[in-house]
Amino acid sequence: MSEMRLIEAVRDGLREELAADGSVFLIGQDIAVNGGVFRVTEGLLEEFGPERIIDSPLAESGMVGVAVGAAMNGLRPVVEIQFADFIFPAFNQLVSEAARMYYRTNGEYSVPLVIRAPYGGGVRGGLYHSQSVEAYFAHVPGLKVVVPSSPYDAKGLLKAAIRDDNPVLFFEHKLAYNTVRGEVPQGDYTVPIGKAVVRREGQQLSLISYGLSVHHCLEAADTLSAEGIDCEVVDLRTVSPLDTATLLESVKKTGRACIVHEDNLTGGVGAEVAAIIAKDAFEFLDAPVQRVAAPDVPSFPYSPNLEDALLPGPPDIVRMARELSAY
Amino acid sequence: MPANDGIDVDDHLGESGLDGDNAQRIYRYMLLARAISEKSWLLTRQGRVLFSMPCDGQEAADVASAYALDTGKDFIVPYARSLGAMLVKGMTAQEVMLNMFGKAADPNSGGRQMPMHWGHKKLGIISMGSSVGTTIPRASGVALASKLKGQGAVTMVYFGEGSASEGDFHEGLAFAGVHRLPVVFFCNNNGWATSVPVSLQSAEPQVSRRAEGYGFPGLTVDGLDPLTVYQAVKTAVDRARSGDGPTLVEATTIRMMPHSSSDNHLRYRSQDELDAEKESDPLPRFQNLLVSAGLLDGESDQVLRDAVDQEVESAIEYADAAPPPDPETALTGVYAP
Repeated sequence: MSEMRLIEAVRDGLREELAADGSVFLIGQDIAVNGGVFRVTEGLLEEFGPERIIDSPLAESGMVGVAVGAAMNGLRPVVEIQFADFIFPAFNQLVSEAARMYYRTNGEYSVPLVIRAPYGGGVRGGLYHSQSVEAYFAHVPGLKVVVPSSPYDAKGLLKAAIRDDNPVLFFEHKLAYNTVRGEVPQGDYTVPIGKAVVRREGQQLSLISYGLSVHHCLEAADTLSAEGIDCEVVDLRTVSPLDTATLLESVKKTGRACIVHEDNLTGGVGAEVAAIIAKDAFEFLDAPVQRVAAPDVPSFPYSPNLEDALLPGPPDIVRMARELSAY
Repeated sequence: MPANDGIDVDDHLGESGLDGDNAQRIYRYMLLARAISEKSWLLTRQGRVLFSMPCDGQEAADVASAYALDTGKDFIVPYARSLGAMLVKGMTAQEVMLNMFGKAADPNSGGRQMPMHWGHKKLGIISMGSSVGTTIPRASGVALASKLKGQGAVTMVYFGEGSASEGDFHEGLAFAGVHRLPVVFFCNNNGWATSVPVSLQSAEPQVSRRAEGYGFPGLTVDGLDPLTVYQAVKTAVDRARSGDGPTLVEATTIRMMPHSSSDNHLRYRSQDELDAEKESDPLPRFQNLLVSAGLLDGESDQVLRDAVDQEVESAIEYADAAPPPDPETALTGVYAP
């Protein structure tokens, strides 16, 4: 066990999988010599060589297309999309090809592929370096979408993703890279994809979240606890497929639910979670299901004043929790 | 009869590197592809099959190019008109018809995809969908894996000149050039992207010239002559296998039939133009060449055609009677276990 930043945990997971399995290789822009713009892949070129740590041309669709082909011929590619915002040129390769390969070939071909991408705001990255894109992909059957909140999960889920025979999108909050620390075991372990975890037990309200927003929920829960509002915090960890059992169990216990994400409100993961709760925990609810999310504007604007006005954070969660508690 | 004017048939055969036996085999594959294509069209008119994409006019290009591969080892990334190449790669008429009828035993997709959306893992045929051009970087990826694994395999990807307008064409070729991957990009330029003529696709109609921009050779060959196609592709395949990198081979062909069974090409082509194009049909032309070379006569040709027809008829009979997929399986296989 050693304390690591989230970025180090991702790198640790990559390094261990590269060392353990010769079919794993990395491809992405600036990931080799430069070690990635966030330095996630620093040192891996020296350790594993240019055949397995590949600097890609600036071509997201081509890069993902190449990875799909390599996966169909027995390799396990891990693609880094430099910012989640730049994944859209590869949308067709992911949705039309990778996601449905297993289905359309009646189980003949699988695509063991991982797409890693830093997401999220709060770094003054403006409209094109701040987005959350998980909802686009969570909608797609055949894809798995993972958003870790802790270094422990980042390493364990990444290793599980690399070993998974399906395409997995793995979103890492770029603000969490160096601000979120935690204990990470040395050596091999995995965290199962599709399993949520209760981060904090509580009786009165379920805060359901994933990624960096989980930490906002935990902070809000501390504040609310002092006010006598006892919150449970559920970390989804995987947003597709959702662990409906864990989130329903929590809501059935507390009777109140608030889903929190940094992605904008409409059509987000929160909407799906809310629908599941409405269907399967309806008679347990003491208040409407609510969501705390970014407003429906095109990502976060650059100027700090503008971005701060839109970023959902602990105060927004506290406000919503008070409202739900008083309902 | 279309002539092979001005060429010495024996020289032409000799230069291609094909002996008489192989030339005859290519001819048989071409006949089989044509017969399946024609029958499939009829089946759509009868409402027994719901969709078809004819390959009439492209048999020489598809068959002879695939014939240059090591079929047991190499990969094909097909497109919808690659029927001839599928047959050479080992797909049987029966398997093709199971695909046409969307039956459970269809090795391409078990009835999940529309007909002629090929993919057959055991035969090294990489699955294609309907979003054209996505196959091109995929082929570079298959080839990248071959290179990293030391597989010694060559990947050949088929596409029309219409797909060469997609951004994925550029991205796939650029990547293959940088990494000198063992891949052959085979562009079937039939002049039409459904109803859009090549003049509206690019101001430079010769697709192969783009290879220069990616740092590897590109050439345009007469896609109506299997011997020329074979010779060019064999060179490209050998080059790829020896580690010298990719080649873009453009075969100029004709599209004698509509884009698909859902298309009416008389909306954008004249009957006169189609009639004139029929004069360049690669099948009678190759038949003629084989006769001139003493490899075929009227009688042996008829025997061959009868056998091919019989093969297709029994494939249709088998596929028609084969069980359809169980509706309950429609929900399964979304994720690999």
